Amino acid sequence: MMIISIVGIGIISTVLAVLLRQLQKPELALLVSLATGIIIFSMILDKLKYVIDVLNSLVAKTNVEFAYFSVIIKIIGIAYIAEFGAQISKDAGEEAIASKIELGAKVIMMVLALPILLALMDLITKILP
Amino acid sequence: MNIDLIFKIASIGILLSILHTVLDKAGKEEFGYITTLVGVVIVFGIVIGLISKLFNNIKTLFQLY
Repeated sequence: MMIISIVGIGIISTVLAVLLRQLQKPELALLVSLATGIIIFSMILDKLKYVIDVLNSLVAKTNVEFAYFSVIIKIIGIAYIAEFGAQISKDAGEEAIASKIELGAKVIMMVLALPILLALMDLITKILP
Repeated sequence: MNIDLIFKIASIGILLSILHTVLDKAGKEEFGYITTLVGVVIVFGIVIGLISKLFNNIKTLFQLY
């Protein structure tokens, strides 16, 4: 099953990272954990694509405007990339860089979500007498 | 996306550390640091190729154009 290979890769790369850290090579340990994260993500990529396609078809059935859903998908993608980068720099002990990455991600998400907020405001003003 | 990449990076790391200690014992610390630097640059090049592939996948997956 997929989950077994994911856990196997995770454990093996954790052992290798600890070994490299022990051999006074923390930068290479960081690179090993980075490569592992990338490999594991690319393993689940096609499953994620399947989920997103199903969600797309569901949203297409409802008369909800498609733009809102694509914004949601974009925000999920931004959240994932930001968390990926922030976690890597947290592992390396760089808390400041991690918090800056998260700050940037929050700002970008806010910018993406603004049109929906404005549409909501218009809707509310229309409803109220 | 194959798993032996992790083993390749780890083996380069182990090789570098051994090489570094050998060179230190032989009294040539500066060569040790240079070889470590070269090794890290090589591994970094590999990982950057992986990162760019990953980000392209994410871009197409989440429609983040």
